Amino acid sequence: MNGWALAVIQAGLLAFGAPFLAGWVKWVKCKLQCRQGPSPWQPYRNLSKLFRKDIVISEQASPVFRMAPYLVFSVTALAGSVMPFVAIGLPTSAIADVIVLVGFFALARFFLALAGMDVGTAFGGMGSSREMTISSLAEPAILMAVFTLAMTVSSTNLASMISHLLVEPFQLYPSFIFAGMGLLLVTVAETGRIPVDNPATHLELTMIHEAMILEYSGRHLALMEWAAMLKLMIYGVLIANLFIPWGIALELTPLALAIGLVAITGKLAVLGVVLAVAETSLAKMRFFRVPQFLGLAFILCLLGMLSHVILEVR
Amino acid sequence: MPLTLAWIALLFALASALLPLLCGNRNRAIKTIAFLLLGLAGLAGIAGGGLALLQGASYNLTLPVGLPWLHSHLHLDPLSGFFMVIVGLVTVVAAVYGPAYVREYEQGPQFLLPLTIFTALFVLGMDLVLLAADAFTFMLGWELMSISGYMLVVYQHQHERNRSAAFIYLLMSHVGALLILLAYGVLAGFGDGFDFTHMAAAQLSLGWGSVAFALALLGFGIKAGLVPLHVWLPEAHPVAPSHISAMMSGVMLKVAVYGFIRFTFDLLGEVHWSWGLIVLLIGCASALLGVLYALMQHDLKRLLAYHSVENIGIIYIGLGLSMIFASNDLPGLAALGLVAALYHSLNHALFKSLLFFGAGAILQQSHEHDLGKMGGLIRGMPVTAGCFLIGCISISALPPFNGFVSEWLTFQAALQGTALKSGILGSLIPVAAAVLALTGALAAACFVKVFGVAFLGQARSKQSLAAKEAAPGMLIGQGILALLCLVFGIFPTWTVGVISNIPLMLLGVGLPEATAGGWLWLTPVGAQTASYGAPMVLLGICLAWLFVYLRLHPRRRKTSVQVGATWDCGFGPLNARMQYTATAFAMPIRRIFQPVWPIEERIEPETAENPGGGRHLKVGDWAWQKIYLVIGRVLLASAKRAALIQGGNIRVYLAYSFVTLLFLLWVIV
Repeated sequence: MNGWALAVIQAGLLAFGAPFLAGWVKWVKCKLQCRQGPSPWQPYRNLSKLFRKDIVISEQASPVFRMAPYLVFSVTALAGSVMPFVAIGLPTSAIADVIVLVGFFALARFFLALAGMDVGTAFGGMGSSREMTISSLAEPAILMAVFTLAMTVSSTNLASMISHLLVEPFQLYPSFIFAGMGLLLVTVAETGRIPVDNPATHLELTMIHEAMILEYSGRHLALMEWAAMLKLMIYGVLIANLFIPWGIALELTPLALAIGLVAITGKLAVLGVVLAVAETSLAKMRFFRVPQFLGLAFILCLLGMLSHVILEVR
Repeated sequence: MPLTLAWIALLFALASALLPLLCGNRNRAIKTIAFLLLGLAGLAGIAGGGLALLQGASYNLTLPVGLPWLHSHLHLDPLSGFFMVIVGLVTVVAAVYGPAYVREYEQGPQFLLPLTIFTALFVLGMDLVLLAADAFTFMLGWELMSISGYMLVVYQHQHERNRSAAFIYLLMSHVGALLILLAYGVLAGFGDGFDFTHMAAAQLSLGWGSVAFALALLGFGIKAGLVPLHVWLPEAHPVAPSHISAMMSGVMLKVAVYGFIRFTFDLLGEVHWSWGLIVLLIGCASALLGVLYALMQHDLKRLLAYHSVENIGIIYIGLGLSMIFASNDLPGLAALGLVAALYHSLNHALFKSLLFFGAGAILQQSHEHDLGKMGGLIRGMPVTAGCFLIGCISISALPPFNGFVSEWLTFQAALQGTALKSGILGSLIPVAAAVLALTGALAAACFVKVFGVAFLGQARSKQSLAAKEAAPGMLIGQGILALLCLVFGIFPTWTVGVISNIPLMLLGVGLPEATAGGWLWLTPVGAQTASYGAPMVLLGICLAWLFVYLRLHPRRRKTSVQVGATWDCGFGPLNARMQYTATAFAMPIRRIFQPVWPIEERIEPETAENPGGGRHLKVGDWAWQKIYLVIGRVLLASAKRAALIQGGNIRVYLAYSFVTLLFLLWVIV
């Protein structure tokens, strides 16, 4: 019972911490670009304001349009709740392994894309089409990366993957380096950051995620935005805890949990800075360059898998 | 008892074919009797097959009919029982759906009778194939299935398109049947008998084994629709009546999968690893090409037909993995691959027939099969839209529906590839898993396109705007399948436990680990390796939804919901032609994977009847251009050469006969 309570608290932390990560990335980015920038807490203010606002819905909208924000958010939140965030060994982590996690994101994306098609504007359709194209190239790369890790630790369960890495004496696996680089590239594409998508744009020719949620307002928009922030957070935690697992709480004592919380906060802050630096130094790509970018990610993951089979088996 | 029930299923199917003959021209009576008996046949099949599967036992029966030296052997074991359940499920639903659907044909130029007769014979043939325990009975059932399938495809024979599709189907079926016959011939030659016990006992050298395997792979592959043998599928499925398309795609292809499993795992004996590799590669090619070709289609039923190619590919990936593991003395993992493939067969039967039934409802209500003329159907047909959405989610392999479970199991089997001693196989198998991942993601893209274009947005034609909900029977049929999609997605542990009776029979090993964690957890290899708590996933989504919804409920929040016009950038009203079309949606993918299709694209100049010009886009199929048309040309050319000997002169013909006689005498004496 203790474990379940902790799991719920952990999921809550993840969900309520997500806007801060998004705000943090933006703040660092602004500082790097010598701009004043909003405070990292700004996303909370935006969300709470959106939650208080009225909603305008298009007369073309079907029930799918009104259902989608709730579904997208709940599925993303569920994905967050199975992530080992502060501690491992919580009962929720057995619900879904990493393949199911990718499945959750696919389900959320499915409804996001349908919502984009729902009101029948060109923007929505364009966003959905682009999103589904990019994700269909990104998904094999993600799975390839996690398969590489899964084969090393012979498990697809996130908690057992991390604990296996921590319990075994430290070893630098070449396959991990490739898989880690590949996963970083895919994360950029999947969470809609520069150079694949620009979260700050409303220019019709370049937007992807924003195009799909263009018709949303009020709490629906808040849920969609929050889900996107949560997704960024989950990918951050995934990379942080899989490739730099140290610090995560192995047993459920207050001290270990406190260390775990500090450790993950530190790791995410560093990752946020990395993302901000990358976003500042790179320009947004043309849409048809993205397949090459994702192809690179896939090749890296494939190389990781091959180096695992060639160098590390037996 | 199970075999008796199977017999009853056969008798009901036969009665459903014959009894309506007594009704003359009274359509109402024909419909009632035929579909009622068909439904009963399905129910009896489910009961018989299900019992055999649950008990994990085999039942044999020899009937003193058939050839003079060969009695007809029948058997019902877990494998045939499982496929009998699949046939039964879809048959029952088709019987619920059918009466309302065929109303359309009552006013048409055809009589109703041929449709019901051949539907029943079609089911009879499939059940007979599953029950057969000797090559003769098997081929008898197979031909019954193929030929009645032809009659059903050609039912509306006033259309040129139907006739040519049916001809292609018939031709390919018969080439396939010939190959299967030869494959059985190889086994029968070495085993001294046409019944399956003799054949299974045959000792084959690797060479002859490979010949038999190749013949079976091609023969069953034609019927199953593997790339590049799939070309009949996208022709035949769109033109058949929708409940028949559902049965052909959902069930007939599975009967071919059954034949392949029976031949390879049961009759052929020792499996060589290279056969498994070939099956794996063909499976990957079918899955990927199937979904890529599907993405380019804008005829709904044709698109679904290409998706059948994809799903058969996924099934063959599971079978290939299973064969590779079996040949490497890893029966536990082989069982996992086989269970994944069988589970996907069941799932595909459910969601694909659901989607075809949905397409049928759209076709009946709006008379549209082109996605480019649909749109906004969710307003007129909300129930059909809901069921179709569930089918879309299931086929896109998204949790917590059934398609996800079987793909997840296939992934788990693929991830165990490192257990193999060969490094090449060990690194090829994860690549196969990546192909599967790409396939799944592209399928999701394709079904966002289908659902988004057909059901959402604004209507693109008057008929779509006027479409109303289909008759209750059709809705109930779709509802049953949608519910089953959910049930088999939520309770995979129970299903896997039951299906593992089949590998227990074929490979001697079940999947004891999979169900060790109780009904809540599916743990195919071990709890530490991977676990999936499907009921918990559904519960989690529902709880999270409830929490968010209650927190944000409008009454608590005091925020109003206003309905307004869609944002048009200030340029005036949006119309249906401004929406993204199916072609536009798939355009980025078309550009990225360009070499996969033969694409014909040009801009047509402005003419008097076509002001403003136009854009011509045709996406073909390489299999037609590179294989079948070439074969056709070669055949025609050689026929022309052969025609030279036909001089039309009687004396020359007599000389031919004389020479032939001399030759035969020389051969015999």
